[in-house]
Amino acid sequence: MALGGFFNKLKAGLTRSTEKLTSGITAAFVKRTLDDAALEELEELLLGADLGPAAASDIVENFRKSRFGRSVTDQEIKDALAEEIAKILEPVAKPLIINRSLKPHVILVVGVNGNGKTTTIGKLALQYREEGLRPVLVAGDTFRAAAVEQLQVWGDRTGAPVISGPPNSDAAGLAFDAMTKARADGADVLLIDTAGRLHNKSALMEELAKIIRVMRKQDPTAPHSVLLVLDATTGHNALEQVRVFKEMVDVTGLIVTKLDGSARGGIVVALAEDYGLPVHAVGVGEQAGDLRPFAAMDFARGLVGNVGQSQ
Amino acid sequence: MFDTLSSKLNGVFEGLRKRGRLSELDIAEALREVRLALLEADVALPVVKDFISKVRDAATQVEVLDSVAPGQQVIKIVNDVMVEALGGAGAVPLNLSAVAPVPILMVGLQGSGKTTTSGKIALRLLQREKKKVLLASLDTQRPAAQLQLQQLAERAGVASLPIIAGQTPIEIARRAMETGRREVYDVVILDTAGRLSIDMALMDEVRAIRGETNPAETLLVVDAMTGQDAVNTAKAFNDALGITGIVMTRMDGDARGGAALSMRAITGAPIKLTGSGEKIDALEEFHPERVAGRILGMGDIVGLVEKAAEHVDEAEAEKLAAKMLAGKFDLDDYAKQLKQITKMGSISSIVGMLPGMGAAKEALENANVDKTILAKQGAMISSMTMKERRDPDIIKASRKKRIAAGSGTTVQDVNKLLKQFDDMSTMMKKMRKLGQKGLMRHGLGAIMPKSMQQRRPY
Ligand SMILES: Nc1nc2c(ncn2[C@@H]2O[C@H](COP(=O)(O)OP(=O)(O)OP(=O)(O)O)[C@@H](O)[C@H]2O)c(=O)[nH]1
Ligand SMILES: Nc1nc2c(ncn2[C@@H]2O[C@H](COP(=O)(O)OP(=O)(O)O)[C@@H](O)[C@H]2O)c(=O)[nH]1
Ligand SMILES: [Mg+2]
Ligand SMILES: [Mg+2]
Repeated sequence: MALGGFFNKLKAGLTRSTEKLTSGITAAFVKRTLDDAALEELEELLLGADLGPAAASDIVENFRKSRFGRSVTDQEIKDALAEEIAKILEPVAKPLIINRSLKPHVILVVGVNGNGKTTTIGKLALQYREEGLRPVLVAGDTFRAAAVEQLQVWGDRTGAPVISGPPNSDAAGLAFDAMTKARADGADVLLIDTAGRLHNKSALMEELAKIIRVMRKQDPTAPHSVLLVLDATTGHNALEQVRVFKEMVDVTGLIVTKLDGSARGGIVVALAEDYGLPVHAVGVGEQAGDLRPFAAMDFARGLVGNVGQSQ
Repeated sequence: MFDTLSSKLNGVFEGLRKRGRLSELDIAEALREVRLALLEADVALPVVKDFISKVRDAATQVEVLDSVAPGQQVIKIVNDVMVEALGGAGAVPLNLSAVAPVPILMVGLQGSGKTTTSGKIALRLLQREKKKVLLASLDTQRPAAQLQLQQLAERAGVASLPIIAGQTPIEIARRAMETGRREVYDVVILDTAGRLSIDMALMDEVRAIRGETNPAETLLVVDAMTGQDAVNTAKAFNDALGITGIVMTRMDGDARGGAALSMRAITGAPIKLTGSGEKIDALEEFHPERVAGRILGMGDIVGLVEKAAEHVDEAEAEKLAAKMLAGKFDLDDYAKQLKQITKMGSISSIVGMLPGMGAAKEALENANVDKTILAKQGAMISSMTMKERRDPDIIKASRKKRIAAGSGTTVQDVNKLLKQFDDMSTMMKKMRKLGQKGLMRHGLGAIMPKSMQQRRPY
């Protein structure tokens, strides 16, 4: 993928989602003294982007220490703010690396209902196909109506085989069989879809833990990645989602979806501070090609609305 | 949690008990706490500001009486303003007063729960109002979306519009209404594809569908976990379509649900229903007075008190409450309390009504640990001397060993029990400050061992 085209697409997605914040900052900080009132406005802009009161006030306090009383321009404040946020995000911006020697590298995709798990699997499948790998998809959501058929469509779209079982069958057993099959067929990546579940339902979380236990009977190192999908529209509850999923199924990384909307996904900043889990990629649309690597500075610029100005 | 906001507010007013009105400074400080609580509950910033100014107006009117904690008074004001902002007391039913077949249009962002909710509403109208319902999916975007609704229709035992591949959403809408008229349906539920509020093309499309079908209800389906974006979504959909009602889904989660307040404030439309699970019957009416407590982190106090009233031995409970108030609640009383809790049987449903206790509830239901834990604790207390029960502080290493041996438990178990009791005593001290009214508000949450309030405690 040409890097330029890729950035443009990412920008397009992020620009829209941040227009409001941008105009807010512009209005607040065109050649203005960084006084208490200005800092308060800055904090409100961050709050409006879902950074949450704790992260927002941390960032603003840093600003107060380093820049209070200065006269700053719109551009300066944007740059500085983006840098401040990027500093937090930098350590978590890590791509998901597929270990080609595993054959298959097993990826379990988990998360609360409706946040984009199945779609993200379709996107990943396309990406791996383009990289010359052989992904196989597993329809591990045996619960929701037409979930299997939904994944089957993604298999058809991306040319990846789909392994499925009968409705309401045991997802753990299915995952186990799929591993055997994928190994025999020489697949490179095994992407396992799971039913959406709220983290406060311990029976459902236990079911997820069981899928992992059963898979480990075959390969003690599996799953090699556990991806937690997060919807960018989510507010503070994302913190609790990450905490519980991490505890129950050892999440190895995050993917943030629906960043093409008006939601800004600022909770990722708080997540980076609290948990430091890698953020591998972001979803910016409903099509197979709408997955982007997570880039700290781009994301930060997206949040503060400086997209397109210093690239 | 209620604990947090309430104790913070009490903290703010500590030592400030004086006659007359609350000072502006006190109020300002209290309002900072309220603002923080609302932001943490994901109420959208502009809505928070508006809310705070309403509370400020009300708070400056308040007379502070000697006997009552000012913190509690502010809590009450906050709660009242919240209930009012959420729509006042009582639930608002679906409006079906139109010429049959009555169209209901379901709209919202991707993955918010439109399709599931369509199935749930169909089932409810069938069961409660004996309506003949037709479900029609206009979602040509998401893979297998039409099939999903068809399967839900089968589960609900209602009809669904036959799927014809290649039709546009507006064509499907037309066909749905024609079928509804021809086959004499009472209600036609039109499920649409999820769309982003900034996707002009798709917003135009749904506007056209609305124009074509003239729905009696245009329901915006919103995820209870939604953050600040609630404002954008509410505004965009309301401007484009004129929302007549809101459905908050995933209320079975542990999100505080501040989006409900944002949605209501921005659209002015009532929240009519809530989704409380993935199953097709998990649909409930929206009760502002209950959700207010949830947003404020106070739990569903009304529901809790109602539930508790059904189960608790009034006289015994009053005796224990009096002891708590007097600061004389000891381990012996706790043993009595345990017996009552055990008697309630449905302890898990009571626990579930408190915020952050969803996991405890599940654990109780699934593992059936409630009885065993409570029985274990009862056994430990039985193995204590009266003196130990009155004054648990004297229980040191050797006594712990004896109690563990006597009750067939371990020293760790004894430690856990003592820690819980210690937590409870702390709670009770706080309650004593709140007075009788505070006790009513806290309900059973106060007498629950602290460990139950934490996630996955067992
Ligand atoms: N705009 C946008 N929509 C997305 C994105 N990712 C997923 N979606 C949409 O969100 C909805 C839910 O996506 P799914 O992939 O079915 O989500 P899921 O987590 O598998 O859902 P359940 O299995 O029902 O829990 C679908 O309508 C998707 O098209 C994204 O990045 N942007
Ligand atoms: N726990 C829970 N899950 C829900 C609720 N409503 C919908 N869901 C789930 O959320 C996911 C998306 O729902 P769906 O109806 O397909 O959303 P749509 O894309 O808006 O049509 C599915 O997994 C549903 O089972 C609810 O109230 N509680
Ligand atoms: Mg799915
Ligand atoms: Mg749908």
